[in-house]
Amino acid sequence: MSADVKRLTTPLTNEVVESLHAGDKVLITGVIYSARDAAHKRLCDLVAKGEPLPIEIQGQTIYFMGPSPAKPGQPIGSAGPTTSYRMDAYSPTLIALGLKGMIGKGVRGKDVLDAMIQHKAVYFAATGGAAALIARSIKKAEVVAYEDLGAEAIRRLEVVDFPAIVAQDCHGQNYYEIGVAQYRRA
Amino acid sequence: MKTVRADQISDAVAKLCMDANYNLGEDVFQALKDFRDREESPVGRELLDQCLENAKIAHENQVPICQDTGVAVAFVELGDQVIVEGNLAAAIADGVRRGYTDGYLRKSIVADPLRRKNTGDNTPPVVWIDVVPGYNLKITMAPKGGGSENMSEVKMLKPSDGEQGVKDFVVDRVRRSGSNPCPPVIVGVGIGGTYDKCAQLSKKALLREIGSKHPDAYYAAMEEELLARINDLGIGPQGLGGRTTALAVFIEAHPCHIASLPAAVNIQCHAARHKSVVL
Repeated sequence: MSADVKRLTTPLTNEVVESLHAGDKVLITGVIYSARDAAHKRLCDLVAKGEPLPIEIQGQTIYFMGPSPAKPGQPIGSAGPTTSYRMDAYSPTLIALGLKGMIGKGVRGKDVLDAMIQHKAVYFAATGGAAALIARSIKKAEVVAYEDLGAEAIRRLEVVDFPAIVAQDCHGQNYYEIGVAQYRRA
Repeated sequence: MKTVRADQISDAVAKLCMDANYNLGEDVFQALKDFRDREESPVGRELLDQCLENAKIAHENQVPICQDTGVAVAFVELGDQVIVEGNLAAAIADGVRRGYTDGYLRKSIVADPLRRKNTGDNTPPVVWIDVVPGYNLKITMAPKGGGSENMSEVKMLKPSDGEQGVKDFVVDRVRRSGSNPCPPVIVGVGIGGTYDKCAQLSKKALLREIGSKHPDAYYAAMEEELLARINDLGIGPQGLGGRTTALAVFIEAHPCHIASLPAAVNIQCHAARHKSVVL
């Protein structure tokens, strides 16, 4: 990545979230959590029942990802993003609880964007299919909840310079729309 | 007649699962490179560079190109002069089980679509068997990721919709897929057959080598036209804008009923994986 990259440290504050704009390239360092379809469903079921969650949500960043198994000596296997729209049903609930960052791939729905604007949260795009490359920025991985889900378990990840792009920001800007409009011919 | 033992099949399938997931095909790598050099979007170029770098890392370290190592799809060409000693389908499933376990590949299969408990070994595979003349048993393993599969569709068009109807459906399907299937994609198109046959053709189309021309000039021209239209959509690498939305469009056509014009689009992400062996 070029020199115009913003370095971010998790947990993200409202100020940091507000400073980010669609199209910004970022490198994320700190702790993030992986969770995808099945884990999101369980988290939101707990919220609905008013029961405590197995991880802290306030200020945190969730990476929509289920890794391949680690080879001996590796902290994690290949670890690229999964498609985010499948988490659209769950993300607004978690954003309302203080989730600040989401990392995935692909455009998010209106309910998610509204929640991001209302509660100050940001959505980053990681490069789908660049899973071996992305894994290099994950230094440590530990299952912290739902081990029975295998690849879909929630993992606490320590990342250094995790590369991403701000895809949709808390100001309502959508880099997917901006980018495509620039290159559409028809 | 020639005899092939079940354990030979199982060993070969295990190796193919790993090989396909670790080593991106030379044709895909070259296509990513060529499109990268023509890509107008600076962000798009950077993203395509990441895909190329990723393929190199995966190959060097023999790790999966993508964490989604897919549902294991097997295309089998069984020569009519071949006798399989044992059960062919069971041997393929056993190879998948071993390949995904020994190869540190992700187990992405749930036993039931609604109750969703993981089978733990990525079985069962999806197996298609064609009986062909000859003494060879050819097995192609094509691991297929869920994100791009989810963007696929079958449509029962009317014969009066014709060529234009099929083309518009294909382009619209890619447009509506947008950023979701990890573009740049490869677009497999099935035309004709029945509802089910058409879908299977669209997947089989994805096995073609990028750069190869359709043997029928009519469809070769349609593939070129569709690729140009798709790359005018502006979706670009990862859907963040650019000229590189698809690397290739591959069509498979088949005879069909006088009342029907089935069309299917199977979307394949840029981690387009398939490896073959002849036993």
